[in-house]
Amino acid sequence: MGAAVPFAFQDNAEVARRFPDLHPAFDSNEALTEANRCLNCFDAPCAAACPTHIDVPRFIKKIGTQNLMGSALTILDANILGASCSRVCPVDVLCEGACVMLRYNKQPIAIGRLQRHAMDHFWERGAHLPKKSSRRRSQKIVCIGAGPASLACAAELAQQGFSVTVIERHALPGGLNTYGVAEYKLRPPDSLREVAMIAELGVEFRFGVSIEHQSDLAALESEYDAIFVGVGLGAMHELHIPGAHHNVNVAVYVVDALEFIARYKTSGNLTVGNNVVVVGAGNTAIDAAVAARRLGAAHVTIVYRRTESGMPAFGFEYEHAKQEGVVFEWLAEPVAIHADPASGRIVSLECARGGSNFHLSCDMLIPAIGQAPLRSLLERSRGPKYYTGGDCANGGREVVDAVADGKRAGVAIAKSFEAADA
Amino acid sequence: MPDLSTTFAGGIRCPNPFWLASAPPTNCGEQVMRAFDAGWGGAVWKTIGEPITNVSSRYSSVDWNGQRMMGLNNIELISDRPIETNLREIAEVKKCYPKHAVIASLMVESTRDAWHDIVQRSEDAGADGLELNFGCPHGMSERGMGSAVGQVPEYTEMITGWVKEKARTPVLVKLTPNITDIRQIARAAKRAGADGLSAINTINSITGIDLDTLEPRPNVDGLSSHGGYCGPAVKPIALNMVHQLQNDEASRLPISGIGGIGTWRDAAEFILLGCGTVQVCTAVMHYGYRVIEDMTDGLQNWMREKGFARIEDFRGLSAPKVTDWNHLNLNFKIVARIHEEKCIGCELCYIACWDGAHQCIHLDHAHSTPPAIEAASRARISVTPIPRLDRGVQAEAPLARVPRVDEDECVGCNLCALVCPVESCITMERVENHLPRETWEDLVNGTPHS
Ligand SMILES: Cc1cc2nc3c(=O)[nH]c(=O)nc-3n(C[C@H](O)[C@H](O)[C@H](O)COP(=O)(O)O)c2cc1C
Ligand code: SF4
Ligand code: SF4
Ligand code: SF4
Repeated sequence: MGAAVPFAFQDNAEVARRFPDLHPAFDSNEALTEANRCLNCFDAPCAAACPTHIDVPRFIKKIGTQNLMGSALTILDANILGASCSRVCPVDVLCEGACVMLRYNKQPIAIGRLQRHAMDHFWERGAHLPKKSSRRRSQKIVCIGAGPASLACAAELAQQGFSVTVIERHALPGGLNTYGVAEYKLRPPDSLREVAMIAELGVEFRFGVSIEHQSDLAALESEYDAIFVGVGLGAMHELHIPGAHHNVNVAVYVVDALEFIARYKTSGNLTVGNNVVVVGAGNTAIDAAVAARRLGAAHVTIVYRRTESGMPAFGFEYEHAKQEGVVFEWLAEPVAIHADPASGRIVSLECARGGSNFHLSCDMLIPAIGQAPLRSLLERSRGPKYYTGGDCANGGREVVDAVADGKRAGVAIAKSFEAADA
Repeated sequence: MPDLSTTFAGGIRCPNPFWLASAPPTNCGEQVMRAFDAGWGGAVWKTIGEPITNVSSRYSSVDWNGQRMMGLNNIELISDRPIETNLREIAEVKKCYPKHAVIASLMVESTRDAWHDIVQRSEDAGADGLELNFGCPHGMSERGMGSAVGQVPEYTEMITGWVKEKARTPVLVKLTPNITDIRQIARAAKRAGADGLSAINTINSITGIDLDTLEPRPNVDGLSSHGGYCGPAVKPIALNMVHQLQNDEASRLPISGIGGIGTWRDAAEFILLGCGTVQVCTAVMHYGYRVIEDMTDGLQNWMREKGFARIEDFRGLSAPKVTDWNHLNLNFKIVARIHEEKCIGCELCYIACWDGAHQCIHLDHAHSTPPAIEAASRARISVTPIPRLDRGVQAEAPLARVPRVDEDECVGCNLCALVCPVESCITMERVENHLPRETWEDLVNGTPHS
């Protein structure tokens, strides 16, 4: 057994103050009342809509009988990251969006908040993840990347008795759950606490290890019986316009969305401009824009080349951004960044709309125009030992999709060794 | 405006048939006067007798699905106030409210003298009638009173007889349901000359056990005792007993209906089965005397819609419609029909029919079993719909989850319609089979109707 990994993290009081929970926790009475509202549908559409197929009515009815431990174990049985998913899932387009109550002119059941209620209880009780088998399996598996997909794969295999190692190039595990999710949904300590439970299953973690070259993979192939690639997506695309390159003078003021989010969440660096412009209108762009507002920016503008109806962000994220005071400029294409020649600080973003150009005051520019896939690594990881899942395989979906992928891979890997061990 | 005033059991007049049952809401004169001001038509005084000592705590309840007090349980005894105080306050109330019914509920030691004495004093105080509490299931029965009397026909007949020797006002006997056949006691009361019955008193109960302390409720220093159950949960039991009494010639007397009455609708049901007045306790303990406003208002509006001018116009109208099972038409056939446009796809009807009825609601044409349906859903891969990646992907049509009834196999049990959460989404429809009415009795006697 690997020792429980104490993922050291210094909580930042200022961040906590600026990012209170978007959806506060239920108290017991609220949870009970909400749980009792659930119809307990057969072959429930909410469960079918969940990528990990959590048995939603089952865990909700257990809250109704005050069997909170049973409820949490029901969740964890389907989704080992049930706690973070309860906070970060876009439930409006998943379980809650499928709830039959919506066809009844009623509010859908607050499945996400009920799930959080059960998982909070699990943590408060100091419970441990269950093993699925007491059998010791001889094979060793390595998971590349410590994001949700790898964690789910690793947990499934460890629960079945395999030796599992997770290698990660960052200093902390959790992937986007730790570095990339808006703080008012999930805080790094909560993400890390969840990973620590997986570590307790005996999963070994190695940090600061990058897998880049063919030789790195060859070394893994010789040491391990199976390799799960859960590396997520690559770096964010850069803005290719004059002035956008991260030269020394503008490095602090042109920062991609993921970097900006990771910075305030995990490094204690809460730097933000006063006039912030975010380029792109996906969910990450929204997270960055709202964070800029929360960190103190007076004006935050999202610049997007299409109209409202073409924006890739979920509708509820868009509504949230407007409530936070984020302003949207549609059909606007950035063409140049202008800096003050003396100080090197950027002062405005020039955009084109129709035939004419306009300038937006801007002292911090946050490009959020998507991430490139990690093609080279994926192309090299071919062969019977390789499995993959999560963003790097599905093109970039949600945490819950990565968990579903990782778990399926774990189940498949375990099955592949069934004959050898029989 | 329909007239709610009524006269009960040969002489008890009241402005409406809604009485407060003998219980904490009728503990003292000040309360009863406020209740009359709120609109109550009568009050049965908290049972009078030699003062007792109560315990604390005294009540516990059963909550259901977020609703408080679906059932209420108590281990309280009769009045803890001196007989003289109660009688003096009855006199005061009667002086101020001569048109309202004040009934003295009585329970004393089982001797002729004790009963003669309390009857005389109650009537002297001005009570419009007497209610003999032979029903209290706890505490008093251990002392040879309450249900100890009400469970033995001979005692009931004897004591009722003593009371009738003395009484000038109508005498009501309050019946306990904690007996195999409530008619046994009613018949005894009727033989002894009782003028009416009050039914039912509370039902023996233990409401629950605290799973942390393992102690039952209500908790009296770590122990509890069986109590009397009342409130909405007991209404169906009370209705049935009322009907049993109405349907039995040897029991039939005017009935003051009691048990789970909380609204005018409940009251109308008791009256439709034959009750002349109704009594209320739990609803008032829960919400206060003010519940009377909608009780009278709602009953009057309903009477007006139905064309009933007074209580007697509808009293007992439903009683003949409850019959013995062997008089029911075996050739009456109904089947379930699902109205697709209302269905929300919860599939509760499906699982209810498969696991609890006759396996004739289907989700597909293959008639898959519930485990097969669940396995197929678990095996389906679902992903979060991402606008960027999934443009143009259609969600499953809602109709895909609408179940279908195999009407040839449906036995018309009603279960699916009962579990469906959407109003009138499943209706039970008559199937014309052109068969004559035929009952079990006809079959046994070999005399089919033509
Ligand atoms: C539709 C139905 C049919 C029943 N048939 C029987 C029966 O055949 N034999 C029996 O002993 N009890 C029968 N019962 C009574 C139940 O066994 C049980 O005593 C009763 O329902 C009380 O339990 P509950 O409150 O959990 O429903 C039946 C109950 C229901 C609802
Ligand atoms: S669809 Fe809604 S009501 Fe039905 S089981 Fe799921 S949460 Fe409950
Ligand atoms: S009425 Fe009964 S038998 Fe018919 S479909 Fe409904 S549940 Fe099934
Ligand atoms: S119970 Fe009613 S709403 Fe639910 S699936 Fe059946 S018919 Fe539709």
